[in-house]
Amino acid sequence: MVTFLTRLINGISLGSVYAIIALGYTMVYGIAKMLNFAHGDVIMVGAYVCFFAVANFALPPLAGVALAMLVCTVLGMVIERLAYKPLRQAPSLAVLITAIGVSYFLQNGAQLLWGSNNKMFPSFLSGDALSLLNGDLRVSLVTVVNVAVCVVIMLALTWFTSRTKMGKAMRACSEDKGAAQLMGINVDTTISMTFAIGSALAAVAGVLYMSSYPILVPTTGSMPGIKAFTAAVFGGIGSIPGAFLGGLLLGVIEIFAGGYISTQLQNAIVFAVLIVVLLVKPSGLLGKQIREKV
Amino acid sequence: MLKVENINVYYGAIHAIKGISFEVNDGEIVTLIGANGAGKSTTLQTISGLLHSPTGSITFQGENIAGVPAHKLVSRGLAQVPEGRRIFLNMTVEENLEMGAYTRPGSEVAPHLERVYALFPRMKERQKQVAGTLSGGEQQMLAMGRALMSDPKLIMLDEPSMGLAPILVEQIFDIIKELHKAGTTILLVEQNAQMALSVADRGYVLETGKIVSSGSGKELLSDESVKKAYLGG
Repeated sequence: MVTFLTRLINGISLGSVYAIIALGYTMVYGIAKMLNFAHGDVIMVGAYVCFFAVANFALPPLAGVALAMLVCTVLGMVIERLAYKPLRQAPSLAVLITAIGVSYFLQNGAQLLWGSNNKMFPSFLSGDALSLLNGDLRVSLVTVVNVAVCVVIMLALTWFTSRTKMGKAMRACSEDKGAAQLMGINVDTTISMTFAIGSALAAVAGVLYMSSYPILVPTTGSMPGIKAFTAAVFGGIGSIPGAFLGGLLLGVIEIFAGGYISTQLQNAIVFAVLIVVLLVKPSGLLGKQIREKV
Repeated sequence: MLKVENINVYYGAIHAIKGISFEVNDGEIVTLIGANGAGKSTTLQTISGLLHSPTGSITFQGENIAGVPAHKLVSRGLAQVPEGRRIFLNMTVEENLEMGAYTRPGSEVAPHLERVYALFPRMKERQKQVAGTLSGGEQQMLAMGRALMSDPKLIMLDEPSMGLAPILVEQIFDIIKELHKAGTTILLVEQNAQMALSVADRGYVLETGKIVSSGSGKELLSDESVKKAYLGG
């Protein structure tokens, strides 16, 4: 029982990080209708920025996170402006391949700048926050922070998209860009804003991910990136609650698969679940039925 | 108010609009009629900046607006109700209307909402409802209300009667007349030539990308060739 609960909690903790990354994927997809495969590598850049800020420049961890968010926000907007915006009218395959290219560019750029050897990410959050069941069940501070940050981000995004003018304009763009333009909404600015938000979230996720898996290399972002993409598709890509649910479920499935079945098959099982979900419900758990445009 | 001179639009190799010129004066209702594929919607989309003409000019209130991006025209007083309504189906009625006032300062939203609700009481009843659940007629009203939220000087309506029952078509045209009375200039694109010409001050007939005849609404209604081609005999 304690083992089960421990695994469940670990799964939710990991899933919270996936959810934060998946939110970036899903928002960009919802508005720009493209899969930004470089999103995972933005996580890596965020982690490096925070690492150097804290380890080399002795900034406090929160300042490191803030700096990482700032750098990633700018990076996300620059990537969108230089790599994706010129392809607005291009076939989606061209955009997809470009995104993969940007991903490799970031990985190799990181290798060139920061070398390919491992860096040990400092642990900001050590120890347990809670001790339950006479000390048998411990909840680490990392877990509490992961879950809290994820919930706060989720609530903030929900508020943003349903209450603010910019957020509503984003929803309008995601439904119909032409009609949004006729309202006077600048679609380019809106897409750029979406990349900014998604990339800032990626920076946060990068730091959180490093707290659980502290080995930092230039390819660090690719696995959580692809997992979070899976989570976004799992939950229904384009849907914000879907990304949240998909992330949490994926984290739990991954930890359970590793704990009860095999750590070697862990990732294979995660992706097998994705395939099954897509076979049964192609639009994902909370995805909307795709309307045929006539 | 609006003067279109010699615009040409191409879809790839297809020459959809072939040197069209026309004008809309202050306070007029002007209609473009013609069959499906004549280029009516293409013309409107070119004026609103969604499509571009490599030639000619489009003058709105004395300024050339050809090449100005669509999202910058709204604040100049140009609004379009697009073909097929294109309301935001997953947003509520009120959110759709708010989007219509996107370019207006926040303080103007409430009075414009009041005005639109007065014109379309049905929209007030349904303000919290998701737009996708509205009937076709209600969606058309929402699309028109949304365009009015920017307080436009010229409103361009693209096939407002499409797919609606005759009684709803009557209602929509009553509202067009009301807007006209209130001083809004209207450019109306319609396949329902009978209805359009009966409310219009002037009309132009489009055929395969060219204007083939023009005149006052009354003249065109009694024109033999127009009768034959568009008014069922």
